[in-house]
Amino acid sequence: MKQGIFRITENTPLTKNVFRLTLEGDVSAITAPGQFINIQLDGLFLRRPISVYDISPRTVTVIYKVVGRGTEQLSRMIAGDTLDVLTGLGNGYDTSVSGQRPLLIGGGVGVPPLYYLARCLIAEGKHPTVVMGFNTKDEIFAVDDFRAIGADVTVATADGSFGVRGFVTDALPSDYSYVYTCGPEPMLQAVYRTISTSGQFSFEERMGCGFGACMGCSCKTVTGYKRICKDGPVLRKEEILWEK
Amino acid sequence: MGEMNVSLCGIELKNPVIPASGTFGYGYEFAELYDINCLGTFSCKGTTREPRFGNPTPRIAECTAGMINAVGLQNPGVDRVIAEELPKLKNCFSGLVMANVSGFSVEDYAYTCERLDREEQVGWLEVNVSCPNVHGGGMSFGTDPASATAVTAAVKAKTKKPVIIKLSPNVTDIVSIAKACEAAGADGISLINTVLGMRIDIRRRRPVIANNMGGFSGPAIFPLALRMVYQVAHAVSIPVIGMGGVTCADDVIEMMLAGATAVEVGAANLVNPYTCRDIVRDLPAAMAKYGITSLSEIIGGVKSWEKT
Ligand SMILES: Cc1cc2nc3c(=O)[nH]c(=O)nc-3n(C[C@H](O)[C@H](O)[C@H](O)COP(=O)(O)OP(=O)(O)OC[C@H]3O[C@@H](n4cnc5c(N)ncnc54)[C@H](O)[C@@H]3O)c2cc1C
Ligand SMILES: Cc1cc2nc3c(=O)[nH]c(=O)nc-3n(C[C@H](O)[C@H](O)[C@H](O)COP(=O)(O)O)c2cc1C
Ligand code: FES
Repeated sequence: MKQGIFRITENTPLTKNVFRLTLEGDVSAITAPGQFINIQLDGLFLRRPISVYDISPRTVTVIYKVVGRGTEQLSRMIAGDTLDVLTGLGNGYDTSVSGQRPLLIGGGVGVPPLYYLARCLIAEGKHPTVVMGFNTKDEIFAVDDFRAIGADVTVATADGSFGVRGFVTDALPSDYSYVYTCGPEPMLQAVYRTISTSGQFSFEERMGCGFGACMGCSCKTVTGYKRICKDGPVLRKEEILWEK
Repeated sequence: MGEMNVSLCGIELKNPVIPASGTFGYGYEFAELYDINCLGTFSCKGTTREPRFGNPTPRIAECTAGMINAVGLQNPGVDRVIAEELPKLKNCFSGLVMANVSGFSVEDYAYTCERLDREEQVGWLEVNVSCPNVHGGGMSFGTDPASATAVTAAVKAKTKKPVIIKLSPNVTDIVSIAKACEAAGADGISLINTVLGMRIDIRRRRPVIANNMGGFSGPAIFPLALRMVYQVAHAVSIPVIGMGGVTCADDVIEMMLAGATAVEVGAANLVNPYTCRDIVRDLPAAMAKYGITSLSEIIGGVKSWEKT
């Protein structure tokens, strides 16, 4: 984990309420795909956790949806503004166990952490298939980015306005070596019940600190109590307990 | 440079800045960021007799200038704290730590304190009496003088280490409770714990926190905390540790003027993990600005207005 001041280089809308934000600064603490950053905003007490979409040697990019006061405030910031950010939070996905044909499943704003993951997997010579679910055509984002790096992409929309009609679980291929997923909890549960291999699931929880100090984000797992922010957000399929 | 050291129940601290229980874990996360030996000491996560998972999530809610938490005293239990956490902690903090103890019966408190009394790393026992008393209809021990007395006396009988009773602000007369603890043998008082609070998610018409209510803390409660520290410090002759909403060196000085011998910092650590280090760094300049040569000399130094 590192704390740093980052300069916004872009904050552009991708859909009506989803934005791509790129921050320039010291990103050396980000060591794995699936990690997140925690952004401080003026006038708000707690930081806002957002997954890493992509990194370069001097920048980190995230994709966020405007859902409340913090993300709304963030959406009004412009290039040149600065933000206080904690980087390198969470365990992230482990790519070493993926096999040759990993399946990446994302729903809505659960899609972002899969992009840097796909890039890492491709760099390791693997062939990821990505299945993304959205409510409707107007909410789709990031598909072109995944295709541009050579990932095989399938899109499902709940209302059938684009791609496969239905949920991500209606659009899964039959042949894959391992699963990586992130999305709303009902989607994660459906994926858990449907997939035939092992996998890694990324969870969300309301956070106090985001770095393991407050026990605000704990969950029960097969291997004991875990903090979503520090021991997660990624849990292995075998350790997940769905009861609260 | 001015003198920052203070004496807390007979033990010297190099400065009065102490991370508050539950906001600093066992120190490791912070030791990754800076050398936590710059701190006076720190108060460990609340420890209970048995391991506890705590409350269901969500446990955290954002508030104006603060937060609500309903962690519910998640901790591995006193046996594992002694077997695992304290030895690990030794690698990142060389001084004496404050063990924060919670319980749900008088016997729980006595048992946990007796176990911690044997640990040489533990300098002080900070006894959190804000917990519900399972034998007393769930009312917190800290809300009536008789149960606060019972806990204090039971713990004092089990330990030679200084016992600091940590009070809940959710009472009508905090002074009477502080005095009862002093009379029962407490070596110090720390205050305040979190203020009972609530938030509602308007869209879902549900409380944000799964426990419905939780403990409110952060800068918003500073004036409330300062007032209680002032009242208690003027009513007892044992040392008082002030906390509640402290975020900067000026807040520390204000708490000390109100009567605090040392000052704990809670929620601010969660937002900016460097808060305590920065306060220690900023204190000398703040002291110079206000003409303070020794922090211990300003304890209780507020010159109250004469009431007419
Ligand atoms: C590990 C992690 C990664 C995330 N990655 C992304 C991402 O890549 N893109 C994205 O759009 N969103 C992501 N989120 C969700 C994002 O954190 C929330 O949407 C955001 O905090 C909402 O803030 P707000 O002030 O706009 O909303 P408000 O509802 O006003 O926020 C009030 C409080 O609730 C918290 N909160 C609200 N919704 C959530 C939520 N879903 N999860 C956790 N805390 C929440 C806020 O942080 C804040 O403390 C992630 C959450 C977590 C825990
Ligand atoms: C997440 C969190 C967990 C806490 N856990 C404990 C605890 O285990 N024991 C305790 O005595 N106080 C606990 N507290 C209370 C703090 O130690 C402190 O008394 C209170 O938060 C007021 O200080 P602040 O406004 O600086 O946060 C906790 C506070 C927070 C925010
Ligand atoms: S949010 Fe504080 S421990 Fe996870």
